[in-house]
Amino acid sequence: MNDKTNITLTINGRDHAIAVEPRRTLADAIREDCGQTGTHIGCEHGICGACTVIVDGEPVRSCLMFAVQAAGKTIRTVEGLAKDDKLHPMQQAFMDHHGLQCGFCTPGFLMLAVGVLEREPDISDDDLLDVLSSSLCRCTGYQGIIKAVRAAAIEMRGK
Amino acid sequence: MKPAPFIRHVPKTLDEALKILSEVAGQDGRVLAGGQSLVPIMAFRLAKPAHLVDINEVEGLDRITSDGKTLSIGACVRHAAFHKPVVDNPLGALLTFVARHIAHYPIRTRGTFCGSLAHADPSAEWCLVAATLDATMVAQSTRGERSIAAADYFQGIMSTALAEDELLTQVRLPLLAPDAKFGFNEFSRRAGDFAMSAALVTYTVQGGKIAGAHIGVGGAEPSPRRMADAEAALNGQAPGDKAFRAAAEAAASAIDPLEDHQTTGEYRRDLVRAVVRRALENSVS
Repeated sequence: MNDKTNITLTINGRDHAIAVEPRRTLADAIREDCGQTGTHIGCEHGICGACTVIVDGEPVRSCLMFAVQAAGKTIRTVEGLAKDDKLHPMQQAFMDHHGLQCGFCTPGFLMLAVGVLEREPDISDDDLLDVLSSSLCRCTGYQGIIKAVRAAAIEMRGK
Repeated sequence: MKPAPFIRHVPKTLDEALKILSEVAGQDGRVLAGGQSLVPIMAFRLAKPAHLVDINEVEGLDRITSDGKTLSIGACVRHAAFHKPVVDNPLGALLTFVARHIAHYPIRTRGTFCGSLAHADPSAEWCLVAATLDATMVAQSTRGERSIAAADYFQGIMSTALAEDELLTQVRLPLLAPDAKFGFNEFSRRAGDFAMSAALVTYTVQGGKIAGAHIGVGGAEPSPRRMADAEAALNGQAPGDKAFRAAAEAAASAIDPLEDHQTTGEYRRDLVRAVVRRALENSVS
């Protein structure tokens, strides 16, 4: 029952050949087996949103998906946002608008916001507020995050 | 906080899925669809299934079809499929309105409509929709196919008429009248959290009077259900505050409220009164 399966996870365009038990969550596989520790794990039961990544273009909780289910899919994590030395507009906006303090929830918020805005660039402010209720932040009081995402949304639309 | 070991099965066809399910059902086998309820339960080790039949790769289960009378929703249709109306009928708008109350965006991209029905959490929005609109559940196993009416389907907290070897392959919702009105309201303490009470209403107005009212309440009893007394209080009345308050009062009186760590029964009865009235008020705005 503890047999491992050989799979390949494609994270930010790079293939990672790993062997995992079926019970290995995608979040654990990304961090422990692929060494991509930018994705954080908070609650491990789908409440906090810290582990949010983008799978085949959709933001998902990586703690509520098994790694074996993500084999062959396109996975994007926070490590893939910046291009060389240039931050993604969402990352820059989080810096500019005080969208983070301790930073633990930030990778999840970034992937959530980028994932939704890429799918729905013209999402309304109300709907965006609803989207941002998906993740928990215990530092900022959320206002900085909302400002940052709204600012980044305008910049992302301009592209 | 890590799931216990299990054997994963990955059928590619429905026949294969049903065959595997028939073999492992007796050995604590479970169906894995979106996993947004099952995986947290496994993380807490409240469930330790020995086998998971992962139906995500089964061909054709992700379809939504309509024959002009009913909307059929396949086993792997995600909540997010309803972010925009899926059918040109008030039912499409109703499902879109309700969908945004289900958990959070990244949960809705994975969780499935049918999975929610199979899990049967008392406060689940889709369970309330199914009960209120008299949905038909289609269950399949190697023994054959059967249809289960919503009124017979829900059997208590996380308990349904599905046998352990049956897969809920489809839920069928009747389309609404083209001029049907609907309203929905739920109360929870945090955005996206489980509803402590929720109400869904549909009706038409004929000659200035309400007709064919459906009033469903979820999150207040072990299973969602239609409230006959409240519907009777509404039918034949002109839409407005007086009729809405009378229907809300009838629903509150008829409820046998759950009590839990969050609420007393009486508080939940108050919530039912409030959510039914608000759902009816939403229905005209």
